[in-house]
Amino acid sequence: MSEDIGLPISHRQRLWLYGLGSLVLLFLIAPSIIIVIMSFSDSTLLQFPPQQWSLRWYQAYFGSLEWRDATIVSVKVAVTTVLVATPLGTAAAYAINRGTLRFNGTINALLTASLIVPVILIGIGTFFLYARIGLNNTLTGLVIAHTVQALPLVVLTVLSGLRSYDMNQERVARSLGAGRVAAFWQVTMPQIRFSIVSGALFAFITSFDEVVVSLFISGGETTTLTRRMFNALRDQIDPTIAAISTCLIVLSVVLLSVAQIFGRRH
Amino acid sequence: MSAPALMQETAGAGQDLNAQALRTDARRESLRLLALLSPSLFLVFAIIIVPIGWLFWLSLFDEAGAFSAANYARFFEQVSYIKTFTTTFKVAFIVTGACVLLGYPLAYMLSQLPRRAASICLIFVILPFWTSVLVRTYAWLVILQRKGLINSWLIDLGVISQPLSLANNLSGVVIGMTHILLPFLVLPLYASMKTIDTDCLRAGMNLGAGPVATFRQIFFPLSLPGLASGVVIVFVLCLGFFVTPALMGGGKVIMWAMRMEQTTSLYSNWGAGAALGVVLLVVTLALLGLFQWLLGARATGVWSSR
Repeated sequence: MSEDIGLPISHRQRLWLYGLGSLVLLFLIAPSIIIVIMSFSDSTLLQFPPQQWSLRWYQAYFGSLEWRDATIVSVKVAVTTVLVATPLGTAAAYAINRGTLRFNGTINALLTASLIVPVILIGIGTFFLYARIGLNNTLTGLVIAHTVQALPLVVLTVLSGLRSYDMNQERVARSLGAGRVAAFWQVTMPQIRFSIVSGALFAFITSFDEVVVSLFISGGETTTLTRRMFNALRDQIDPTIAAISTCLIVLSVVLLSVAQIFGRRH
Repeated sequence: MSAPALMQETAGAGQDLNAQALRTDARRESLRLLALLSPSLFLVFAIIIVPIGWLFWLSLFDEAGAFSAANYARFFEQVSYIKTFTTTFKVAFIVTGACVLLGYPLAYMLSQLPRRAASICLIFVILPFWTSVLVRTYAWLVILQRKGLINSWLIDLGVISQPLSLANNLSGVVIGMTHILLPFLVLPLYASMKTIDTDCLRAGMNLGAGPVATFRQIFFPLSLPGLASGVVIVFVLCLGFFVTPALMGGGKVIMWAMRMEQTTSLYSNWGAGAALGVVLLVVTLALLGLFQWLLGARATGVWSSR
């Protein structure tokens, strides 16, 4: 490190810090690793490390109609949320980036409100509103609620992409005769597409992992995976959930790696 | 474009014409930008602003439908509500404290490591951050419960004969929430530590300060704004946290958000539930506002860390 910042402190003097930091990192990562390993256990008892290995909990997951339906609902909702939130968020980020509107600060605050307002309040409020307009237990209702929660992430990610992009390029394209849409599509889009893809991935995870709002507004045939998991965890600890959890962890790893690879190429 | 030519010909009238054209154009541009924003703004308005306004309105009426402050007065009168608030703040303080104790050394280590090592270590912070809260709560249930991993290990090793009660009580909630909220403290703190100018530290050491004095007198004070933003985020998120206390509290640890869920879903008392929500929102915004006011511009970008 000495060549890195040049402080006259040796690595050995810092051993205690590395030890402490590693313990905290272990605390952060160990639960996920334990769940992944335990999902391959053959026993209904919680043993670690497992005595016998099997795929029975994965068979239980994929074989159960209820879990499969819930997974399909979650995938449908997450994909649709991405398809709605990404264009809307990108358009909003583009407008905010211009910075010419009078209430730019207020607009920014409104769009990122769902990060600040307690989720439980959004859940209860949405349930209350949906009860009046008949959107509870519908896919449309879930997509709308998840879109609102995913929007801030898309807006912030795309905005950071736009901040490092020179808008004059689009002006040049337009002065050379390109229409607004063509100028955005052919000049701006290719240069910020990494941010848009990252925003879309974040929107997907946000929707797929969302629990609290879904608890209130989904049910019956539109029960999401997280809602079913929550209810199952309230009853008893079913090792099938370890298998499902492992799938969710793998999904996060894959999506984050894709975002990371895209980001690095950028 | 005829406007510039016009301006040269007749100075007065042309300038007016030009200004008018520019103004119309600017207005049209603003409208276009608003059109781009309108779908998002409409959704946020419909899903967040309208329901919260509606709930606030509901909270002003008692169960008989008369206009009153009964829903709010209850918070000071009923013991069960007071207990909910004290539990919530107790958990919030403990969890925030634990996050500082665990997160500060970690962020400090990350900020001192070479770039490559730091980015590898950061994966261990970001991956749990993007893993479902449910998955992580489930993991802690498996680890901490009566027949869970820790108890069976300790019993096998002969350290204890009776299982410790680690889950389904306050300690389970605190451990689970600390794990989930730790990245919210580490990430902004790490980002702000990275901006501390090493020349300041080098200057301090050059002038004869030892490593401890350099840390205590230079690094630590400079890292305080980042620490403060992490603390505020964690504290505010604790106040409204639902999933972990609901699953790991064993019905004994009733926190604010659980209370809201119970009042509305179980007892369908919307006025009372709404009042709880309104106070929660006000406290959240007040804490964030106070923080922004105290730290000013340095506080911006707190939320963008995610």
